[in-house]
Amino acid sequence: MKPAPFEYYAPTTIDEALSHLAEHGYDAKVLAGGQSLIPMMNFRLVQPSVLVDLNNIAELSYIHPDESGGLRLGAMTRHHQVEVDPLVAELAPLLHETMPKIATSQIRSRGTFGGSLSHADPSAELVSVSVALDGRFRLRGQNGERWVPANEFFIGLFTTLLEPDEILVEAALPSMPVRSGCSLMEVARRPHDFALVGVAAVVTLDENKLCQQARMVFLSAGDGPMVAHKAAESLKGQAPTLEAIRAAAEIAASEDIDPGSDIHATAEFRRHLANVLARRALEQAFERAADNK
Amino acid sequence: MTKKFIGKRVKRNEDPRLLTGQALFVDDVEIPGMLHAAFLRSDYAHARLLSIDVSAARQRPGVVAVFTAEDMGEDWQPGPPLVSPPPTAKDVIFHSRRQVPLVKDKVRHAGEAIAVVIAESRYIAEDAVEDILVELEPLEAVSDLEKSLQEGSTLVHDDLESNLAAHLIQKKGDYEAAREKADLVITRRIVTDRGAAAAMENRGIVAHWDEKSQHLTVWDTTQAPIPIRNGLAARLGLSANQVRVIAPFVGGGFGPKMMMFYPEEMLIPWASMKLSRPIKWIEDRRENFYATTQERGQNHDVELALSRDGHILGLKDVFLHDTGAYDPYGLTIPLNTQCHLMGPYDIENFTSEVSVVFTNKTLVTPVRGAGRPQGIFIIERLLDIAAKELGIDQVEIRKRNLIPPEAFPYEHKIIDQAFAPLVLDSGNYWPVMKKALDMIGYDQFVKEEQPRLRAEGKYVGIGITPFIESTGVGPYEGARVTVEASGKVFVATGVGTQGQGHFTTFAQIVAEQLGVAVSDVRIVTGDTTEFHWGTGTFASRGAVVAGNAIHASASIVRQKVLKLACKILETPEEELELECGLVRVADTPHKSISLGELALLANPLRGAVEPGTEPGLEATAYFGPQYGATAFGTHAMIIEIDPETMMIAIKRYITVEDCGTVLNPLILEGQIHGGVSMGIGNAYYEKLHFDENGQLLNASFADYLIPSATEMPRIEVGHVETTSPLNELGTKGVGEAGTIPVPALFSQAIENALYNRELEILETPLSPNRLFELLVNEEKSR
Ligand SMILES: Cc1cc2nc3c(=O)[nH]c(=O)nc-3n(C[C@H](O)[C@H](O)[C@H](O)COP(=O)(O)OP(=O)(O)OC[C@H]3O[C@@H](n4cnc5c(N)ncnc54)[C@H](O)[C@@H]3O)c2cc1C
Repeated sequence: MKPAPFEYYAPTTIDEALSHLAEHGYDAKVLAGGQSLIPMMNFRLVQPSVLVDLNNIAELSYIHPDESGGLRLGAMTRHHQVEVDPLVAELAPLLHETMPKIATSQIRSRGTFGGSLSHADPSAELVSVSVALDGRFRLRGQNGERWVPANEFFIGLFTTLLEPDEILVEAALPSMPVRSGCSLMEVARRPHDFALVGVAAVVTLDENKLCQQARMVFLSAGDGPMVAHKAAESLKGQAPTLEAIRAAAEIAASEDIDPGSDIHATAEFRRHLANVLARRALEQAFERAADNK
Repeated sequence: MTKKFIGKRVKRNEDPRLLTGQALFVDDVEIPGMLHAAFLRSDYAHARLLSIDVSAARQRPGVVAVFTAEDMGEDWQPGPPLVSPPPTAKDVIFHSRRQVPLVKDKVRHAGEAIAVVIAESRYIAEDAVEDILVELEPLEAVSDLEKSLQEGSTLVHDDLESNLAAHLIQKKGDYEAAREKADLVITRRIVTDRGAAAAMENRGIVAHWDEKSQHLTVWDTTQAPIPIRNGLAARLGLSANQVRVIAPFVGGGFGPKMMMFYPEEMLIPWASMKLSRPIKWIEDRRENFYATTQERGQNHDVELALSRDGHILGLKDVFLHDTGAYDPYGLTIPLNTQCHLMGPYDIENFTSEVSVVFTNKTLVTPVRGAGRPQGIFIIERLLDIAAKELGIDQVEIRKRNLIPPEAFPYEHKIIDQAFAPLVLDSGNYWPVMKKALDMIGYDQFVKEEQPRLRAEGKYVGIGITPFIESTGVGPYEGARVTVEASGKVFVATGVGTQGQGHFTTFAQIVAEQLGVAVSDVRIVTGDTTEFHWGTGTFASRGAVVAGNAIHASASIVRQKVLKLACKILETPEEELELECGLVRVADTPHKSISLGELALLANPLRGAVEPGTEPGLEATAYFGPQYGATAFGTHAMIIEIDPETMMIAIKRYITVEDCGTVLNPLILEGQIHGGVSMGIGNAYYEKLHFDENGQLLNASFADYLIPSATEMPRIEVGHVETTSPLNELGTKGVGEAGTIPVPALFSQAIENALYNRELEILETPLSPNRLFELLVNEEKSR
């Protein structure tokens, strides 16, 4: 379990990093926290001939608010920093409650926000949460930068819109409207494992306490973050009764997701769990929304 | 006599070194000029080796050598048998097929080694492995136990008529007659599946052949350095004195590191001699999943015959045991299973028939528990089913069948893993079970708490499982105890150590005899230069067999000390006592001499030594038990299940152990904690998933789930001491006790928690996914 030989660069600025990528193209990989990349290299599942290490680029690590009351996170911000940041707790409670569910504290002290998003593991919490929160990502290449909405960024299993010479530099998460509530529910074999199934729910009530919007995004339930469109539609304009919630959870689990089978769970068990978790998450999210005047 | 050191919660002598990173493990060995090895392993589970081209690998810069089976010439030999073959009795079939150093004709399991690269670094060696061109013709793989025995099945070993490796029937009483008389006969198929030992440290070997001194030193993560030394000497054409095998600190043994004589264990020393260079090979985790032995795959067709009042009249079990691609370990595991099928119960009529089968899977040798958990799982499951069918309380039905205390020594009338009659040396089972019931508050829980929680909509369940554990088997171990001029004591014994706390418990045994501080006893284990007689650490035998050998040596040294001190202090031996490193006159404690001074006097530089005396305060002694001691215990657990997600939370966990004389409760509890964690893994987390092609689907810790701190409950340990009559210390082993009953306990507690479902668990390991499937099936069959 030793990686194949590779060249290693440790730039200190984004521009320097981008020039290495431009030079080496598909042969190069960016190294962030290394928590996913290094194991894959040790298993020789990937054999990049060039590694461009982002760990010395100070300008990529920050958490601050933006003008519209949202949150900006630099790509190299460690999971642990997000977990303990008071601003995150205040502005993005869903994110705050998600972080401890990612891996172990050892891994969270190395793993990065941008790394998790770029890796696009359909089991990664941040992938689904960023979609549920309507996030946007800033991607930068030598020829300039572009903003991509989270729900367009993830295009398949471990695949994103990132070009090989681009770096994801920043994530932006908008503030939550009033009368909104959120919840993240998941089932993992051990608390620090990738979840068998999980769901991030964000709901908003209108002035009459009817459901204005309900977004559920599932993890480990398909080839990417699985947005429950039909379930959301079924809740729109409805009073969030237990009955309505149950019906929505049922729709989400049977129609909106496309889970696979593996040694840990059959597709059938995953759908069952999705149903249970969707119900629990919606209940909690609506409760919180009602409190959040 | 009250004991001063034995039985005390002494902190471990070895911990400061271990905790500050100052203990030597195999991978810490660095020798100038050392090379590194990497293996080419088969991706297929079953394939014919057509050709292999290593020329490109040999040319890679930094590669020193590449060896294939062909290159080994005459030195290519299958490994030695590791246990004596079964007696050639009637009705016993045994085909011995042992692992090979490198594949010559046919690959028999995924991960089997085909070639080895020796290079300047492990990185280069692994790069060169990718340069090797190997042509394999895939063959149909034998994976399923039942199918392997079907007519026309592909053969794992082409020279055999079938995949049957061994067959054995054991009988006691007359099961058929008992069945005739029974009010209830329960018939079930019960299946146990494979897991890994998953020690924290994988295997590792450093071999150093020194051409000038003609001496081979091998550091090996083995539990049994002496058999490895003897085997290597024989294989390499050396005298045993030319070979030193050192088992330094080892990060967990659990069985697979026994005297396996793995291909790598043979090859690395062999290559070191060929190249006259030191070579290191450290197994990585992926290799460990394929190349280190595993256990627990069995299919049982069982019958339990009972009377209406819950008395067991007889047990019949016909089972298949998966031995993997080879069977170097003989019948040890299935025999252990047979010896535990009757658990702690008095069963007069018993028939057990085992067929051991070859499959295209990793080799099977004992893993902590070694066949015992399977036996206990079967009988405990059957008793739970019987209790339900007869309307008898789960505890009551067990109590009625326990072997009564007056029946010991209890002759079981079947043979054990050493082909000797199985005798349970001593026991008093009910008090142990009762203590567990009291500790967990069984009555109160069942009568008050559980109904209340159920009314609140919670699914809480209780389990209570008694078990036995055969331990401390022969043949023997030895030790040499020396009082040094410093007054400190040095002890050498042959067994290896893998975290059991030997440096402390053994020291306590010596301190008890010689009256020195436990920290003043220095122990060396597992170094064949220090002590070269013995077998190893396995079968929960360290404290029993090596412990009693050390006790015997220390007792002789004590006699020598007293004899000499009697002369010097001019006081009769009976009036002397050994305290605080001194020999002193009991009534006049200032009249004394230190052990160090005595040691000097016992080894004078000048003057005459009396004829017939030996110099020094030293003795070597051996201990071999007449037969193994049988420990016992009961585990109890309360769980809560989320019936929607199948997630289980353990609310209470109790173990009560009776392993005879307790040497050190702190260490004993550590053994139990570790054992229980392994048992929890066996019950609900750890399963090796092989597909029909013999491919392992979860060969990493990302997918093979071992319980971690977050899954471990707080474990409350109770002790009862029923000493063993088979050795002076009265000890029994406890190394596997924590693991054995856990799968049975889990099943019981889960069924109890899901009280409103007709759930019957007949397999282990379980998982949330499997539990969900079982419940779906239950719903469909309603
Ligand atoms: C045992 C274990 C358990 C885990 N459990 C979980 C879990 O429960 N939930 C979860 O979500 N994650 C889990 N992870 C994954 C962990 O969160 C990783 O940290 C994360 O997925 C990747 O982040 P990283 O910074 O380590 O990225 P790296 O491993 O360094 O990189 C991952 C990939 O992303 C690319 N990349 C990284 N940063 C950028 C960037 N800024 N721009 C463009 N490309 C980039 C790399 O080139 C690489 O291909 C677990 C990991 C381990 C080892």
